[in-house]
Amino acid sequence: MKITVNVWRQKGAQASGRLVKYQVDHVSPDMSFLEMLDILNQQLIAKNEEPVAFDHDCREGICGSCGVMINGLAHGGRLATTTCQLHMRSFKDGDVITVEPWRAKAFPVLKDLIVDRGAFDRIIQSGGYISAATGSAPEANSTPIPKENADLAFDAAQCIGCGACVAACPNASAMLFTAAKVSHLGLLPQGQPERKSRVFNMVATMDAAGFGGCTNIGECSAACPKEIGLHFIGRLNRDLLSATLSGGTTAD
Amino acid sequence: MAAALTLNQSTIGKKAIMAVTGIVLYGFVIVHMIGNLKIFEGPKGFNEYSHFLRVVGEPALPAGTILWVIRIVLLVSVVLHVRAAIQLTLLDNAGRPIAYKKVQRKQASFASLTLRWGGMAIFFFVIFHLLHFTVGSALPGYIEGEPYHNVVSAFSNQIWAAPVYLLAVAALGTHLYHGVWSAMQTLGLNTRRTEKLFRGLAVASGIGLFAGFATVPIVVLLGILQ
Repeated sequence: MKITVNVWRQKGAQASGRLVKYQVDHVSPDMSFLEMLDILNQQLIAKNEEPVAFDHDCREGICGSCGVMINGLAHGGRLATTTCQLHMRSFKDGDVITVEPWRAKAFPVLKDLIVDRGAFDRIIQSGGYISAATGSAPEANSTPIPKENADLAFDAAQCIGCGACVAACPNASAMLFTAAKVSHLGLLPQGQPERKSRVFNMVATMDAAGFGGCTNIGECSAACPKEIGLHFIGRLNRDLLSATLSGGTTAD
Repeated sequence: MAAALTLNQSTIGKKAIMAVTGIVLYGFVIVHMIGNLKIFEGPKGFNEYSHFLRVVGEPALPAGTILWVIRIVLLVSVVLHVRAAIQLTLLDNAGRPIAYKKVQRKQASFASLTLRWGGMAIFFFVIFHLLHFTVGSALPGYIEGEPYHNVVSAFSNQIWAAPVYLLAVAALGTHLYHGVWSAMQTLGLNTRRTEKLFRGLAVASGIGLFAGFATVPIVVLLGILQ
């Protein structure tokens, strides 16, 4: 296959960027999207040009490192698929593909397709933990958890923090990410002691990071490679509002 | 109350204010639509209903008490709803300072993407509508206390009136098609179990209110009401 890519090139965080057109020949339909970018980078290196910088790590769809906008869709828009798991057979010979970094005020571009997702780390730091007694691990069955809650908590816990929800949201909102993180601990008995402070602090950090608000459009969930449902945003809203109305008004 | 005031500090809290005031206004438009359909009772029934709204509660309460309580609740709701909408829109727009060169959508609906434009259209329409039928200054031929005459003469004498009203109620229907479900989601009342119920309620509200409000100008245009 021959593919033409329009890739966002930006030398650094302060530099201004632009889309640059490259022709990539000898693309196999079995290659992943990242492998196609590897081929492009080999070409650039052979010509003594700067390769395209992009984030990647496991290339198995479970680490959350990779993620770019492909033709205006986060991770290319294929159901439950990260960029590394998107294969070139999803494209046709001769296709022109536009590749851009995630765009959000809270995710500044560092170089080319790499953005700083530190805002997600700050949200986690502000409440994405439980206080647990140290020592030997407790007997697993000593804390009964309803099956439905365990399943829901696991659904939420599948979030890999890739940022596709923010990238796909017309408002660059981080509500789905925050909802998943608040819910996965909030659904379990171990998460109850910090439940109120967690939701206050994580939402406060999310707002302070400069993400937009949620307008319940649903692009986040549709883009999520882990198919995290919009109902978790309803749960986040419920947790925040009930914590607020029950008087826990301070973010400690 | 103190807790409710802190709502204004978070994006979710602002949206909750928007949802609660939206539900108040949603309740109002339902009652308003039912009231409009009383025009089919003829001039006497419709004018009596209109008069009733102005004197309801008398003489137990001072003249106009209930009318003004309702008006103030609606006005406060509109102010808070619009204020939250402006604040959130500015935050949302600031969330993505550099736009994508190419954008595709997978899930967004026409209704959800045009919510703000529809809201603005409804806002300006409501001002015109109040000048038209409450103050009576928008069009010639307005007679105080004769709403049946005012409605029929407006839609049969002014060629542009019916299309303007139809567009406005289409904007309202579209707004509620997304807004009713969105309000439930924002208030945390929506769960996986209620998802279909609230989606259905929103679709039925959008279509039902459009149909109900559109009926009056259409039947006047068709000459069914004279």
